[in-house]
Amino acid sequence: MESAILKVRNFNAFFGESHILKNINLDIDKNNVWAIMGPSGCGKTTFIRCINRMHELTPNATTSGSMQLNGEEVYEMNPVLLRRKVGMVFQRPNPFPTMSIYDNVIAGYILNGIKLSKQQKDEIVETSLKRAALWMEVRSTLHKKGTFLSGGQQQRLCIARALSMNPEMLLLDEATSALDPVSTSKIEELIHELKAEYTILMVTHNMQQAARVSDKTAFFYLGEIIEADNTKTIFTNPKHEKTQDYIRGHFG
Amino acid sequence: MIPAITFKNNGINFKEKAFKKTLTLLAILAVVILIAIFFTLLINSFPSLKALGAGFFYDKTWDPVADEYGALPFLVGTLLTSFLALIISTPFSIAVAIFLGEYYKKGIVAETFKNVIDLLAGIPSVIYGFWGLFVLVPVVRVIELKLNLPPYGVGIFTSSIILAIMILPFSVSLSRQVISMVPDNLKEAAYSLGATRFEVITKIIIPYTKSGLFAGLLLALGRALGETMAVTMLIGNTHSIPTGIFSPGNTMASVIANEFSEATGKIYTSALIEMALFLFVVATVINVIGKQIIKRFTI
Amino acid sequence: MRNNDLINAEDSRSDIERQIAHRNKKNKRFKGVVIGATIISTLPLLFILFYIFRQGISAINWHFLTNLPKPVGEAGGGVANALVGSILILLVSCIIAIPIGIVIGIYLSEESKSKLAYYCRLAVDVLQGIPSIVIGIIIYEWIVRPVGGFSAFSGSLALALMMLPSIVKSTEETLKLLPESLKEASLALGVPYYKTMMKIIVPTGLGGILTGVILSIARVIGETAPLLFTAFGSPFMTTDIFKPMSSLPLIIFNYATSPYEDWHQLAWGASMLLILMILILNIISKIVQRKWKVQF
Repeated sequence: MESAILKVRNFNAFFGESHILKNINLDIDKNNVWAIMGPSGCGKTTFIRCINRMHELTPNATTSGSMQLNGEEVYEMNPVLLRRKVGMVFQRPNPFPTMSIYDNVIAGYILNGIKLSKQQKDEIVETSLKRAALWMEVRSTLHKKGTFLSGGQQQRLCIARALSMNPEMLLLDEATSALDPVSTSKIEELIHELKAEYTILMVTHNMQQAARVSDKTAFFYLGEIIEADNTKTIFTNPKHEKTQDYIRGHFG
Repeated sequence: MIPAITFKNNGINFKEKAFKKTLTLLAILAVVILIAIFFTLLINSFPSLKALGAGFFYDKTWDPVADEYGALPFLVGTLLTSFLALIISTPFSIAVAIFLGEYYKKGIVAETFKNVIDLLAGIPSVIYGFWGLFVLVPVVRVIELKLNLPPYGVGIFTSSIILAIMILPFSVSLSRQVISMVPDNLKEAAYSLGATRFEVITKIIIPYTKSGLFAGLLLALGRALGETMAVTMLIGNTHSIPTGIFSPGNTMASVIANEFSEATGKIYTSALIEMALFLFVVATVINVIGKQIIKRFTI
Repeated sequence: MRNNDLINAEDSRSDIERQIAHRNKKNKRFKGVVIGATIISTLPLLFILFYIFRQGISAINWHFLTNLPKPVGEAGGGVANALVGSILILLVSCIIAIPIGIVIGIYLSEESKSKLAYYCRLAVDVLQGIPSIVIGIIIYEWIVRPVGGFSAFSGSLALALMMLPSIVKSTEETLKLLPESLKEASLALGVPYYKTMMKIIVPTGLGGILTGVILSIARVIGETAPLLFTAFGSPFMTTDIFKPMSSLPLIIFNYATSPYEDWHQLAWGASMLLILMILILNIISKIVQRKWKVQF
């Protein structure tokens, strides 16, 4: 039986006067990969930034409506605690330049001032890097700076960093758009494997990627959800005309 | 498996708020300090403002013993040394700025000269004064003898030369920045029409950067007006209005330096603080205008 | 006829050539003038350094660094108290100015568009332009007069006030250059804002901030005017920051303007010491800038 980990009801987001997300309703179910797609400016990135409340960091950004994570109202939680439960990977890899690969993985613990034993640290680092499919490549250089890795490796390091916090949900904001095709396919494989343990929400402007990787897809257009369904259905039998146009490449 | 680790969350909200409050409070503190400086000077100038009025700026006699406080000689001394210094240093500062902003933008030559100019700004005022006293003063004395003038050695001229050296780095660093910001396509357009570098500099770069260069000079002037130690050591410290550029004199800053800690009597102290207020206001106005011009230029 | 035309054409060509030659000559002459003026501008530094080192080198020795000044007429004597004083006064001003300066710098880079940031930036700009002698008077009125005596601490405050603007600016400028994604990465991990700033943002920009701090120390280490009515100077060795205290620039001023040859000698030694300290600080700042450059 599928249970919704994230329930979004009548959700709106604004930048000052401009209405970015309009009346969003969506149920994200557990252990699924959701793709959020749509033409640029449709609000897809804003949507996932609302889930871990990164949206409100921008001055004048506001929201209304309800969003529940495991039954808990997101906008009544402490954003800091919320973000520990929802991991995020950004468009460009952003490992901490002052930290080693090892420290980058457990950055969430170090920065929050949590004392871990050497054994715990090693365990977290190894498990997270293995899950991010980076362990074999960096196991001998764990104490080098993370910024010496290639772009694709850096991005997987960022995924490991997010996984180390044991999040309930993982948000990927066009996580492969700055990477080469080989790194992209590695990360896509990774997403497949991670599905077993995590719920993943990925924003992508690449339709093929959405089709390849995701189980479910939501199509955003001008701040509204036009259609949300199984990926297969969306791509083979879209109900809405706009979705049809988009997947046939009629938008830019 | 990743071990389940519990995060302690006590006091996050409080610390978060305390941190943001601290940032804001200290930013306010900077503004408060400035306002407090202005009012401290203003309030402490009241006795003198009341007793002397506008006469403070046109009375020629400064005689604390007789309770006479006319700051005109120091006003004249300050303006004379500062403008003379500006006149002496401007051709050099523009030349250095063109050298570093156009001819040698990068490379070892540029780095060397940039470092030298930076160091020039780093030498303490008191050392400039000391050096001037032992090296420049004898030279000026020889010149004065040749010109059949009384050989004081110290005076307006000597101070101006030292001031010129001291303010050079300030106008250079600004002018250089401004000159190196001239868009390349503008210069290339002129070159493509067959202009020589000299023509590009005089007909394109200088007109384009006029306001920025002016701001550089203005800020350098602001520096010169308030410069204290070197001038105090070299100007001769007389209380009469200078009769020429070789005569000794005094500036407001050096009168304060010389007399403030020995000043007795309310009006005396207050008159010195009024001079400080004057220096503060002039420096502030010059600074704000100069920075405004630079800001408009860089946008 | 044809012949004549040709001659004319040749004539005008040589006219143009002459003109170009003239312009090229002007161009070269101008470059010569610029280079000449630039070289002349650097001469004062060389003269000053040369003269101070020539005069100072013979004054500096172990005795000079470890002894107190002697009264007029007695040979020898040193600047130990001034050296200790300079270091102590600066130490206290660093303790005051560095944290405040960095925090204000953080505020300005974070809230760069707020109204308070505008006024704060303006205030810092104006503060930077205030003549140092005026700073001396201000601290005299704020601290020395109410307390009723000169003190090293008041001198430290004056110097702190002079260091503050450049620390604020270097912090603001350094932090503004850091990518927003760095902050987001940390916040998205559930790291509170204050920890993000203090443990990620400030350490990443530490190279730039430190360079600014070191340069601001180098700038105030030779300041004399703000100390005249605050630290005041003292012929004794003291480490009590609530008492008047000597410092290198103060004794340079006092000895340089005295009529005694022995004292001039001490002042040259002190000048050389001061210049050396400034040179070393400048070199350290360059090293820090290069070594701590963070790669993204």
